[in-house]
Amino acid sequence: MNIVVVGLSHKTASVDVREKVAFAPTHMEKPLQDLLKLQDITEAVIVSTCNRVEIYATSREIAGGMARLKRFLADYHHLQLETLESHLYAYHGEAAIRHLFRVASSLDSMVVGEPQILGQIKTAYGFAAEYKSSGIILNRFLHKAFSVAKRVRTETKIASSAVSVAFAAVELAKKIFGDLSDKTVMLIGAGEMCELAAKHFLNNGVRGVMVTNRTYERAVKLAEEFDGRAVNFDELFDQLHKADIILSSTGAPHFIIGPKDIEEVIRRRRNKPMFFIDIAVPRDIDPKVNDVANVYLYTVDDLNGIVQSNMEQRGKEAEKAEEIVSQEIGQFFKWLSSLDVTPTIVALRSKFEEIRQAELARTLSGWKDLSPDSRKRLEACTSAIINKLLHNPTSVLKRTGQGGRTDLYVDALRQMFELETGATEDGELGDLEE
Amino acid sequence: MNSLLFYTTLGLYAIATFAYLVYLVKPQQVLGKAANWLITAGFLVHCTFTLVRYFEAGHTPITNLHESLSFFSLTIVGVFIAFEHKYHVYILGSFVTPLAFCLMLASSIYPAAIPLLPPALKSKWLLVHSSLAFISYATFAVAFGAAIMYLIQEHFLKRKQLGPLYQKLPSLDVLDEINYRCLTFGFPLLTIAIITGAIWAETAWGTYWSWDPKETWSLITWFIYAALLHGRLTTGWRGKRAAVLSIIGFFVLLFTFLGVNLLPSESQHKYERLLGGNVK
Repeated sequence: MNIVVVGLSHKTASVDVREKVAFAPTHMEKPLQDLLKLQDITEAVIVSTCNRVEIYATSREIAGGMARLKRFLADYHHLQLETLESHLYAYHGEAAIRHLFRVASSLDSMVVGEPQILGQIKTAYGFAAEYKSSGIILNRFLHKAFSVAKRVRTETKIASSAVSVAFAAVELAKKIFGDLSDKTVMLIGAGEMCELAAKHFLNNGVRGVMVTNRTYERAVKLAEEFDGRAVNFDELFDQLHKADIILSSTGAPHFIIGPKDIEEVIRRRRNKPMFFIDIAVPRDIDPKVNDVANVYLYTVDDLNGIVQSNMEQRGKEAEKAEEIVSQEIGQFFKWLSSLDVTPTIVALRSKFEEIRQAELARTLSGWKDLSPDSRKRLEACTSAIINKLLHNPTSVLKRTGQGGRTDLYVDALRQMFELETGATEDGELGDLEE
Repeated sequence: MNSLLFYTTLGLYAIATFAYLVYLVKPQQVLGKAANWLITAGFLVHCTFTLVRYFEAGHTPITNLHESLSFFSLTIVGVFIAFEHKYHVYILGSFVTPLAFCLMLASSIYPAAIPLLPPALKSKWLLVHSSLAFISYATFAVAFGAAIMYLIQEHFLKRKQLGPLYQKLPSLDVLDEINYRCLTFGFPLLTIAIITGAIWAETAWGTYWSWDPKETWSLITWFIYAALLHGRLTTGWRGKRAAVLSIIGFFVLLFTFLGVNLLPSESQHKYERLLGGNVK
């Protein structure tokens, strides 16, 4: 049985292609059932996110299986395979295993190390489990991918640093204030990035939001959105001391906040620190404000610089992560190949032979008056019993090997007789909720 | 037995300090945990050493440089463990344990023989006055460590250099709070130490205050920390200013503790004089 994957991602297709082949999470049953109806395909999982659409499957035959999956992807979405083909990649065997491990560990993501992808794959697996399209191989494969991703996350710092401007701002605030739960954010002006940052601060538990704008109505509207308080723009400097974190993005052509203003404000605050984030271009806040004691001023360029260097840091950690992925592939591959018929029959036979030898030795050791001739006959007899016992399972396995679900038989057999599988460590079938 | 305990402590402090310093550059959390165990083990051995010495000598072992340096080190480690337990910042150890280790190392240089105490010093006040003084010194030592960390972290944040050390240092808020807590513990203790010292001086030498260099410098130290506490409570001094002042305060304190011995002038607190019987 072979693991194959066919799909496309942000690396091979632009968003207008990706959205055409995406599967709606509300309609997963039909495509999964349809996949199982394809010739040679025995198990299937569909991973569909905004950055990738991939079908993981087990197929009796590699080339045919991959071709059928490609055809399915095009047909299901009523597309010409010819136009889609150039965006598709297809892997099998070890390459397919490496691919899923890398995707789950967020090594193949647009933003390397972003944590969402693992959850998305777990959801995809959840559908496959619900509609019973995944079986023993993909179950184990996906769980293994989850544990690899977990290992990557704990053993490398790949996901530890902020890689968006809004996150970087929150991280900085935590390094200045420690606890954010008694801190207030003030928005001066409006703007997408400003609002995004404010949302991040709210998600990280700040106490409240104040909003001010040259147009008071806009301030009121925005304040409602954040469940905050609108402040008249003329009262900015009377209210500023109540804010700990200030996000500024007005369209003013010159600085609206200078060091003198802030010295006054900080005195009113009894030197409690303030964190200014200037998102406006041209800037709203005089850079000299950063020189005021207990005041920290970051511009959007500073934040971008942090994001950039965090990205580079992630690049280094990604190398370590690749190393982990490589280690884990070997283990999983060993288990996968143990599901083949021949090694299983060999293992079963040697297990039986071992038992026969042990029992024979025990019987013979206490049987002194046995003639060499009888001894030979006894050995031949026990040998024959084993051959007869093994005859049926062997021929059934070989017969199903030509087109059936041998992996089910092989796995059952291996478990019943406790044959070595090569990969038996615990925790692989661990929790899904993680 | 006693020197075995002493050198075990020294050894444990050395390994713990080394682990804390490595923790500064290596990110492994387990390293911080190990260092914490080591320093705690060292502290327990150190306590045993001090107790054994107390019973052997029949008086509080803070009478010569060997004993005082060791006792100072003991109190620093004790106060540090308490603060680390409360704030869970292993990295504080990277800034405090080297100090404790150096004091212990210095202590090992001085002769360990138990001194014979002149009758004037044989008093319960020795225990109260000296140990209070050292515990207050220790809290100021921890404040000193936190202040240095504060200055480093504030430098990173102002200059926007956010390297690995920045990642590992705690927030400015936590560092400032440690500094403040140390001050609120250490200052009353220092005050009581000075008062008990005056009372003891009156019973031993017949005068509360004789402007002995040690007394003068203690008062200077007291004024610095008083100014810092006052500034914090009334005008909201904090952050960098508080950090700089507690660093200055600690250097003055070290001079009070050790430097006075180097001064050419007479001092009743000089350790060799304490024992030489040259007492008024």
